[in-house]
Amino acid sequence: MIRNQLLICAGGACITSGEKSVKDVLVEELAKNGIQDEVQIIETGCMGACDLGPIVVVYPEGTFYQKVTPQNAGPIVSEHLVKGRVVSGLLYRQPTSETRAQTREEISFYTLQVKRVLRNCGVIDPLSIEEYIARDGYFGLGKALEIGPDAIIQTIQESGLRGRGGAGFPTGIKWKAARDASGSPKYVVCNGDEGDPGAFMDRSVLEGDPHSVIEAMVIAGFAIGAATGYVYVRAEYPLAIERLEVALTRAREYGFLGRNILGSGFDFDIEIRIGAGAFVCGEETALLRSIEGKRGMPSAKPPFPAQAGLWGKPTLINNVETYANVPPILINGAEWFRSVGTAKSPGTKVFALAGKVQNTGLVEVPMGTTLRELVFDIGGGIPGGKAFKGAQTGGPSGGIITADYLDMPIDFDSVKELGTIMGSGGLIILDEDNCMVDVAKFYLAFTVDESCGKCTPCREGTKQMYQIMERITDGKGTPNDIGKLKTLGRVIQQTSLCGLGQSAPNPVLSTIRFFPDEYRAHIEDRKCPAHACLHLLTYSVVSEKCVGCTACARQCPVQAITGQVKKAHVIDQATCIKCGSCYEVCRFDAILKE
Amino acid sequence: MEMRTLHVKINGRDYQVPDGSTILEAASAYANIEIPTLCYLEGISEEGACGVCVVDVKGTRNLPRACLTKVSEGMEIWTNTARVREARKINVELLLANHPTDCFTCERTENCDLRDLASELGVREVEFPRTRTEWLPIDNTSLSLVRDPNKCILCRRCVNVCAKVQSVYAIDIAGRGSNSTVSTFLNEGLGNVECVNCGQCLLVCPTGALTERSEIPDVWKVLGDPDKIVVVETAPAVRVAIGEEFGMPDGTQATGKMAAALRSLGFNKVFDTDFSADLTIMEEGFELIGRIKNGGTLPLITSCSPGWIKFAETFFPGVLDYVSSCKSPQQMFGTVTKTYWAEKMGFDPRKIVVVSVMPCTAKKFEKERPEMKTAFHYWQEKMSLKDEEAFNDVDFVLTTREAARMIREAGIDFANLPDEDFDKPLGESSGAGVIFGATGGVMEAALRTAYEVLTRKSLPRLDFEDVRGLEGMKSATIDIDGTPLRVAIANGLGNARILIEEVQKGESPYQFIEIMTCPGGCLGGGGQPLSNNPDIKKRRAEAIYREDAGKPIRKSHENPEIQEIYKDFLGEPNSEKAHHLLHTTYHDRSGE
Amino acid sequence: MKSLEELKRIKEETLKAMDLRQAKDRGKIVVAMGTCGIAAGAKDTLMAVIDELDKAGVHDVQVVQSGCMGLCDREPTIEVSMKDQPSVIYGDVDDANARRIVREHVQGGQVVAELVIKRGNL
Repeated sequence: MIRNQLLICAGGACITSGEKSVKDVLVEELAKNGIQDEVQIIETGCMGACDLGPIVVVYPEGTFYQKVTPQNAGPIVSEHLVKGRVVSGLLYRQPTSETRAQTREEISFYTLQVKRVLRNCGVIDPLSIEEYIARDGYFGLGKALEIGPDAIIQTIQESGLRGRGGAGFPTGIKWKAARDASGSPKYVVCNGDEGDPGAFMDRSVLEGDPHSVIEAMVIAGFAIGAATGYVYVRAEYPLAIERLEVALTRAREYGFLGRNILGSGFDFDIEIRIGAGAFVCGEETALLRSIEGKRGMPSAKPPFPAQAGLWGKPTLINNVETYANVPPILINGAEWFRSVGTAKSPGTKVFALAGKVQNTGLVEVPMGTTLRELVFDIGGGIPGGKAFKGAQTGGPSGGIITADYLDMPIDFDSVKELGTIMGSGGLIILDEDNCMVDVAKFYLAFTVDESCGKCTPCREGTKQMYQIMERITDGKGTPNDIGKLKTLGRVIQQTSLCGLGQSAPNPVLSTIRFFPDEYRAHIEDRKCPAHACLHLLTYSVVSEKCVGCTACARQCPVQAITGQVKKAHVIDQATCIKCGSCYEVCRFDAILKE
Repeated sequence: MEMRTLHVKINGRDYQVPDGSTILEAASAYANIEIPTLCYLEGISEEGACGVCVVDVKGTRNLPRACLTKVSEGMEIWTNTARVREARKINVELLLANHPTDCFTCERTENCDLRDLASELGVREVEFPRTRTEWLPIDNTSLSLVRDPNKCILCRRCVNVCAKVQSVYAIDIAGRGSNSTVSTFLNEGLGNVECVNCGQCLLVCPTGALTERSEIPDVWKVLGDPDKIVVVETAPAVRVAIGEEFGMPDGTQATGKMAAALRSLGFNKVFDTDFSADLTIMEEGFELIGRIKNGGTLPLITSCSPGWIKFAETFFPGVLDYVSSCKSPQQMFGTVTKTYWAEKMGFDPRKIVVVSVMPCTAKKFEKERPEMKTAFHYWQEKMSLKDEEAFNDVDFVLTTREAARMIREAGIDFANLPDEDFDKPLGESSGAGVIFGATGGVMEAALRTAYEVLTRKSLPRLDFEDVRGLEGMKSATIDIDGTPLRVAIANGLGNARILIEEVQKGESPYQFIEIMTCPGGCLGGGGQPLSNNPDIKKRRAEAIYREDAGKPIRKSHENPEIQEIYKDFLGEPNSEKAHHLLHTTYHDRSGE
Repeated sequence: MKSLEELKRIKEETLKAMDLRQAKDRGKIVVAMGTCGIAAGAKDTLMAVIDELDKAGVHDVQVVQSGCMGLCDREPTIEVSMKDQPSVIYGDVDDANARRIVREHVQGGQVVAELVIKRGNL
């Protein structure tokens, strides 16, 4: 007889922060207290609040324990489960008050979310197909088989679902194009090559709710007339691959894959293809080449994959999050889907909240949620009382949303107007200490590195742009560098072969647009206003404030600071490596950083 | 089916163009606008890598590539807007930023597509600095080709030709982004991988990144050595192409001027590989006859093309028994010169230097094959030669381009030279030897002889039109006095692969197959002049067949010099001596 | 799996196993699990409550534990709070009494008067 269930978040972040050892301690404690048969431990997918991990939730109360370590996990058993006493030290402390939250329902990070894509993540055991079924899993497929391909596609079209991989292309149109395309066989592909730095919603879905993707792909196969599907997952996601493999096996055992699915006469099966981690393989034409076993390099569109995709055959390719939306749409209908979100971008979007924000992790909110709600209500604001400066969306393909637009509802179209893209949902929060030139350089470095090298503008152009950015952050920029960046950026956008190149200049062009003064400060004044660019930084001693305690001189790793005891010290600029340790160690505020 | 036409506007004017045309094709054929291209090669390299052919299309944010984008109904195309000019220029500048600026000394100084394009687009200054931090090592591993990756602009034409036309896949892109290079398996170098040395990559390279391994300095050196007897042999396809190097019209028969120019360079004897082509026909024709009469292995597959031989050794070792054991005309020539001719003239074979002028880069590899020292073995015992004195049958191979370069360097006014004849006795040839230079030529030449030998009748009509033409694959059934002989011809190794796979499976319906490595046969060889004329192979082929038609003797067995060499030296075709000197062996390279 | 009916059956069966994680809004039973309670057999009480609810097919009542309620002489103690009704604290709840409370109070709607320590919140 089971009286309690312990849900341990076994998402990637929690595993990294020690989930397995916590679980071992809990298992041991249960045995020690003789209640191992009364309490069941279930490892779930990601619960989203990744900076709070490892997370343990005790049911039936739903008590939410965070930052559990092997050292402090014992009392969850000995106190809570044995004695009925909540372990208050492990509860989440509300950011705005001293009170502690008992359950997820009391934490604003959770309460403001609308979980549709992540409906099962952190709730069910991803290895259990039965638990998926219990949460209405495979009922969408049942419905789909009943209503037939045309009605499925009509429902998806009416729902207004748009591709969650980045560009926001209407999913229904893709499905219809693949269905209408002549050519046989057809294929269904899932793009799980999540590559944007900081984005991990697709991994979380594959790890936490793999059946939702499988179910959607079977529905898609039935809708377009395909018998084979491929899930392309990057090799850096071993847990996702492992759980997907288990899920595929179970789905086959249950007859959701294979021959004559649910007695419908429809045959479909799915294979996993593992990508080697090239960013460009997230671009659909490159991804298809990679599945074919060729070098993952993009080709020009048209022809679109729906016309000529895998091995030249009509191919439907959608991203993980897009697929995860499909089964509930089939069950609940298009109207239900449109009940949240904006008119042109209905539904929810999962964001990976990161950077200078209190609560980081995965959050799912209705489209049209404002940045302010995301950053301040769900994210808990900026740590250390610093000022919000901007949010980087769309990873290396995106740009910045500035403080001026905090109250703008975010959807596919509104972010586009600001020169950025929704992308896969990475949302990096930047504060006053972030140098926008430096941020743009960081993303550009990423695309330079990940460019496949096929077309000239992307291969050569991004590299040239990067060198200009490097020059600017080194304090060697020239006044016409901004013009050169704009021209190069324009040509790269207009003539690159694929989305990677076409969007690579976005971070630079976006920061030039919104933060021109920062660029000018770097170029004209040789200063970095955010004090982030090392080459433009100087540390000096304010002699009036310096008491000659020698702390800085002792701390300096390169002996750049000299001075006698009780006399003002001096920093030799030629030797200084700008490590900032003097600044950190000075108790008299006598080091000036500028 | 009726071709649908679409209404498009190009630069403001209305045109009707066939459905399925690309913007590039439509602009060229209907609007007289030649949109610049760099990486594009029709039907072969259509990847849109370079970003030069971009155009403005109304309603699109980006600039589509004219080479890949198909026209659609109502499309409005602008080929010359400010942003188009900016984009083309910047993309070329980006390529130039990392391209070496040693144009003065580059082999392609006179015919570099990249330089032409930069000039055409008015690039007068490269705004961008070099971003590559190091110079890459030059690939010198091949006996035929040299790759300078620093001059490579990653247009991928070579990769596509190697894969799509030749099905060899010796080269591909390695590395990523700005570190990408064209490379071989594990960067082992062209000489250490499956490369068959055909040089098709070189022909399509827009820059000086691919060149032949030059033997010009070696040849100059021997020409200046009074102790050497330096003879030159010229392949059939050279005479119909070398004129292009001197501004003569495409398809000029420059046989006499070529002989005059080579003599003027200082060669002691100017001979003709066409002579040994006739010799090849005697040997190969009789081999075919023998196999047919004695129930030998069929089909017989020709062996004159060294790229094909390495291809077979590498990919199809199982079919080597089908391949004729005859050496190629080049190698037969070298052997005969250093045995028969040396004996006849009383020359010390060690003093004879054989230089061949070939339309081919693979011949540079072929002459170095260890089997190709037959003359040395012939003399070893007679002259008590030591092993270390071994010499090749053929000493140096010059491509058509290299020969032209030497002629230019010597200041010879090629186009205005009075015609001269080849030297005797290795200079006489029949029309059958001449047509070796075109795809189907070896087949036709062999048929002329085989027919007459088999039937003991005179051929009613010499021209076998069925086996002529530049198509990649041809087949025909030849009536040999009531007995049908099924023959097939392939040029380009991608086509050859199809025929050979049938042979490998034992399903080939043919008795005789001619394989030429290069598209069009030797006239399209990797050693030929670079040309921008899409009809160049046709022009060269026409010249070859004109040359054949103008020959007084058109059948190999009727060549008096051939009759003489058998009478005086070899005995009869396929005699033991002929086998010893003119035939060779192959080996399995699939494991290499 | 060949039919939707089969799918529904699996759903229902699995939901039972996932019962602890479902939202339960009809009521809540708190079992005091202080040292005194455990010594008096509160663990058996807890299991009996869960078992009896399960046997009766009741899935909308949550069973949780708490620390000592401060009524150490009447342990084991439990608190039954049904929706829209004042909560009731029972004492001396052994296995049999626990089952009786489930049957009579939770299912039948009748408070088991002789076991009541207190009505209304503590």
